[in-house]
Amino acid sequence: MSKLQLIIQREFIAKVRNKSFIIMTFLSPMIMVGMGALVYFLMQKNDEKVKKIVYVDQSGLFSKEDFINTKTIHYSDYTTLGIEETKKKVEEGNYYGALYIPKQDSLELLAASVEFYSKDSPGMSIMNSLENKIEGKIRNKKLTDFGIDLNKIESSKIRTDIKMYNFSGEESSKLINGLKIGVGAIAGYLLMMFVMIYGTSVMRSVIEEKTSRIIEVIVSSVKPFQLMLGKIIGNASAGLLQFFIWGIILFVIVTVASSIFGVDVVEMQSSRVPAEQLEVAKQATSGGKGQLIVQEILRLPLLKLFLLFIFYFLGGYMLYSSFFAAVGAAVDNETDTQQFMLPIMLPLILAVYVGFATVINDPHGPISVAFSYIPLTSPIVMLMRVPFGVSWYELLISMMLLIITFVFVVWLAAKIYRVGILMYGKKPTYKDLYKWLKYKG
Amino acid sequence: MNNLLEVNNVVKKYGDFIALNDVSIHIPKGCVFGLLGPNGAGKTTLIRIINQITMPDSGSVFLDGEPLAPNHVEQIGYLPEERGLYKSMKVGEQALYLAQLKGLSKAEAKKRLKYWFDKFDISAWWGKKIEELSKGMAQKVQFIVTVLHKPKLLIFDEPFSGFDPINAQLIAKEILQLREEGATIIFSTHRMESVEEMCDEIALINKSNKILDGKLDDIKREYRTNTFQIGLSTSNTLDLDAILKENFEVTKPNFKLLSNSFMANVTLKKGDTANDLLSFLTNHGEVNHFVEVIPTANDIFIEAVNKNS
Repeated sequence: MSKLQLIIQREFIAKVRNKSFIIMTFLSPMIMVGMGALVYFLMQKNDEKVKKIVYVDQSGLFSKEDFINTKTIHYSDYTTLGIEETKKKVEEGNYYGALYIPKQDSLELLAASVEFYSKDSPGMSIMNSLENKIEGKIRNKKLTDFGIDLNKIESSKIRTDIKMYNFSGEESSKLINGLKIGVGAIAGYLLMMFVMIYGTSVMRSVIEEKTSRIIEVIVSSVKPFQLMLGKIIGNASAGLLQFFIWGIILFVIVTVASSIFGVDVVEMQSSRVPAEQLEVAKQATSGGKGQLIVQEILRLPLLKLFLLFIFYFLGGYMLYSSFFAAVGAAVDNETDTQQFMLPIMLPLILAVYVGFATVINDPHGPISVAFSYIPLTSPIVMLMRVPFGVSWYELLISMMLLIITFVFVVWLAAKIYRVGILMYGKKPTYKDLYKWLKYKG
Repeated sequence: MNNLLEVNNVVKKYGDFIALNDVSIHIPKGCVFGLLGPNGAGKTTLIRIINQITMPDSGSVFLDGEPLAPNHVEQIGYLPEERGLYKSMKVGEQALYLAQLKGLSKAEAKKRLKYWFDKFDISAWWGKKIEELSKGMAQKVQFIVTVLHKPKLLIFDEPFSGFDPINAQLIAKEILQLREEGATIIFSTHRMESVEEMCDEIALINKSNKILDGKLDDIKREYRTNTFQIGLSTSNTLDLDAILKENFEVTKPNFKLLSNSFMANVTLKKGDTANDLLSFLTNHGEVNHFVEVIPTANDIFIEAVNKNS
């Protein structure tokens, strides 16, 4: 077995045997699923609670039909009580709030003078629905005043659903756009988490070798570069194993849970999709929602996605963990890492923000494109862009830049690493690091 | 080719700081070579260059006649001054790992480890983690790991630190045994009594320069001061003292004798021999103590360093 293999093997085993790794691997999927279930449960509970709203309508414009009880909101008419009396009652009793519609000379004034009193700030969704009610009513009143037949307005309403094609004739839909956003976002986010968790793990492992002073024994047997590379690869393998196990556990839990509780997994997922896409999904109910989603997913270029995911995932991780290894080598203990960590974390976080802010709105806009070329952000941003279709020359530029930068950074990090691992004592400054780069051998 | 290691005109700089300035040492096969020097003199840098942990800026290093190359790490065993093992790794696995990094096969490493663990009677530690062992116990493991691959060249940096006298003796015995088996040993230490006890040759490095090297006996001869401890029974001590001072350099005795006699340290003047002193003394009383003061490694160390500064 070559020395590099030996090192990779040791790093892998050291990582995997670690208690925190085992706990993290098997516990975190449980926690994730548990949290999800808890949130779902609480939301259900929250919705079940009935809110009592009273209204005082002095305008005489509204009738009982305008305030029809829903599952969660019960209305009662307190107009006869007068607003002051009602406010007192609502404040003392178990009510959600009081809606006050005063008498005004014109509809415009009326629209501007409706008031709502409550003990706590009311929820956005309730206020929206109340505003919609009042707006609709006043609009209808105005339309009738203008002499327009409301029935005609009603029958003139029509829905359009623009069918989207690209030039190769494939049909796309809003649903698949949602899926693309989802796939890209998950990939980008996973990469960021992976870099943060396993990059710092590489760093910690370097610091451990320094503080335990075994480093001098090791580098008298192998080249520092081999050790650094072995560490990076060993930790990555442990990380990939962890992701693999998480995948399996999540799959098992979801399958078991849905068969036991009869929860429709597809429905749970689609409830998170924005409303307009839900609409599309609902229209296609005839073919079965699940089937539709599967069809749409299959229409994504899955193999290409997978291969690019692997490339950017490994490229991004290797790039960043070289930095982490250099930082670990430069310092004596973990508390000293702070000043060097920030410049590493910054592009990573920037990439995620840029990804979520720009790629989702405009995957081929100038900012998205620029950040998918810049090597420090490209792994995340490009992964988010890829599902939307990126031309091969753009991919080529981005990948070439990443590879070139990677080679350069590894060379740089190895130089700092080689000198740093044998330096003890004073916390180095950036100037020191620069000096180390110039040391020969 | 009688030298196992030849270091020729090695220069190493760290920025503006010169760590080694044109240092050459030659280490014959099968000897214990003492690499001495005050803290920060450049010993560790030299050792790291021999271990190929760092490269010299100029100069050359030959191991057994060949220019130092990456595959030579398998012929060198190094015990650094700052010891270290993976704390949370088990003793056996760790020893196997380090042995494999030195090029041993797993099976061979296992066999040899069993031999050494039995020899040091520490087989029970195989499955323990290093952090469960005491410092001395970990040192023993580290010593085994250093010598396991039977290197031609062994480099021990302060090998006895952290050992109690009994275990230090055990390690010293093993080091000399390794020399008997043909290994060449570089021995870096501040404990001069162990230099006297073990080293055949020494080199002294001070402030990045080699200031002294050669066979320990030759160096001692060179540093002899022609001073003798004398002791004799005489009735007239005061007279003797005066006459002695006329003819020789006399200093206060720094030794003790059992009999109640006249004692002094006497240094010969140029041209005088030990016989001159002895015959002078026999004329004045009964000589019961006559010993040449041989400079200790410690004396030489201090004198050479002071002279150099």
